[in-house]
Amino acid sequence: MTRYVLDRLLSIALVLVLVSLIVFFAIHVLPGSAATLILGEYATPEALRTLEREMGLDRPLAAQYLEWMGAVVSGRWGDSLAMKQPVTAIVALRLLNSAYLAGLALAAVVLVAVPLGTLAALRQRSRLDLAILTASYVGISVPEFVTGMVLILVLAGPRLMLFPTGGYADPGAGLGAWLRHLALPAATLTLVLLAHVVRQTRSGLVDVLRTPYVRAARLKGASEARVILRHALRNGLLPAITVLALDLGYLMGGIVIVEEVFAYPGMGRLIIYAIQNRDVPLLQISILIVAAVYALANFAADLLYAWLNPRIRYA
Amino acid sequence: MRSPALAIGTWVLGLVLGLSLLAPLLAPYAATEQHIVQRLQGPSPTYPLGTDQYGRDLLSRTLLGGRTALLLGVGAVALGLGLGVPLGLASAYVGGRTDEAVMRVMDALLSFPSLLMALLIVTALGASLTHALLAIGIANAPGIARIVRSATLGVRHEEFVLAAHARGESPLYVMFGEIFPNVLPPIVIEATIRTGFAILTGASLSFLGLGVQPPTADWGLMIREARQYVFLSAWPLLVPGVALAVTIVGFNLFGDGLRDRLGRVG
Repeated sequence: MTRYVLDRLLSIALVLVLVSLIVFFAIHVLPGSAATLILGEYATPEALRTLEREMGLDRPLAAQYLEWMGAVVSGRWGDSLAMKQPVTAIVALRLLNSAYLAGLALAAVVLVAVPLGTLAALRQRSRLDLAILTASYVGISVPEFVTGMVLILVLAGPRLMLFPTGGYADPGAGLGAWLRHLALPAATLTLVLLAHVVRQTRSGLVDVLRTPYVRAARLKGASEARVILRHALRNGLLPAITVLALDLGYLMGGIVIVEEVFAYPGMGRLIIYAIQNRDVPLLQISILIVAAVYALANFAADLLYAWLNPRIRYA
Repeated sequence: MRSPALAIGTWVLGLVLGLSLLAPLLAPYAATEQHIVQRLQGPSPTYPLGTDQYGRDLLSRTLLGGRTALLLGVGAVALGLGLGVPLGLASAYVGGRTDEAVMRVMDALLSFPSLLMALLIVTALGASLTHALLAIGIANAPGIARIVRSATLGVRHEEFVLAAHARGESPLYVMFGEIFPNVLPPIVIEATIRTGFAILTGASLSFLGLGVQPPTADWGLMIREARQYVFLSAWPLLVPGVALAVTIVGFNLFGDGLRDRLGRVG
């Protein structure tokens, strides 16, 4: 187990080095250097050269990369070009906001998807099963910006006005207002993720319900609730956990869209802001952070999987 | 057809393809024709699905937008296949340390959310349809390489491969002439499902203002523009939104149906 953890940590480090290379070289090597990004497409060649010299962009790329990495690792993240504030302060707040959103969506997914998937598996081929499966298919296929805007249209419209159309309230200002701002963006993410997890819970449980050990538990005289909760679900949920881990990658992308739709100040909207304002230092750090969070979250999901599945734990 | 998914998927995709190909004939108006007095209207005999904020006909724009979506989806996946298939084939064929190194890099690229990868590439290149296509194509390549590699590993030691070696065929011929046709089914399934997601990613980029640029008819862009006016008229949001969802459902059903039919090979 220790070896496995060390091996995984090593490959996370490799991933992050690779991502840092991509982030750095995508902006420096491809047509449109960092100076072009900052000054815009129509800058004069002289202005570009002056800025490049000021930023040290005329030095060898490898030296620039190493210097940048050194600064990133030691926490000297510099100032955002567009916001004129330290990147660290901006990022810390946005990361927390995104964590609230993602956390709420994931919790809702688990609380809703597992019971729905279980229900569908127990009533296989019934109308309920068909309805749940069809709804989950549609859920995967409707883009989150459409789902989000339909939710705004129906629930935040001038008629109902149950929720704000977007924005953010500080949790210190009152839990109610904070939750009301979080509700629709979290619901949008939940609806898309729900589909994946419901389908996996259902198919995982369908497979497990056919196994001899579940039959044995039934023959032993265990109550149906005990058979499902104690015996079947424990194994049946494993594929759902794998999918949930894969969905974390989706969540990182989905959060960009959803935060943009609801004008929610998290990491996703920060990335779009950095792109639109040609804020290179902010963009590089933000993408690196999202990649790091994703790698670590995946690692956590793998550990959870191993903990639930002894066959892997002792392998 | 045993699988209802394949049957429904075929019909839906056929409908989407047909409507998109015939769009210039079917669309009652040009994509950019403005009727500013009749802006943000609901369906009427003149405008069957209503109009947008410039009074452009939503039916025409949605039909023509299908061409943009399909061009982007199919183009991006073709690019992804062009990069990923040779890489996956070669990696599995050569094997050993090279294979391990290539796959480590692919895994690292895969562990980077693909929308973010596409965003990064579009940022570096600038926002346009072509760049969105390039970005999504490149972002798809590692996943395709992985699938192709694992399918290739499954047939690499089959007798027909050994026989080709014994005949003294070149490695290139063995890879593309012998192995490739045998790993085609999983590649086709993968490509179908990826096309749906490529269309979705393309629409997302356009929605963020980083893909297709106005005044081109594109579903993601139409939805972006509908945002401001959504409480005045829901049609500019709903019409392209439904078109997008139906198209992606079609690709998913067709891909899942194919998977059931052809089985998981490799």
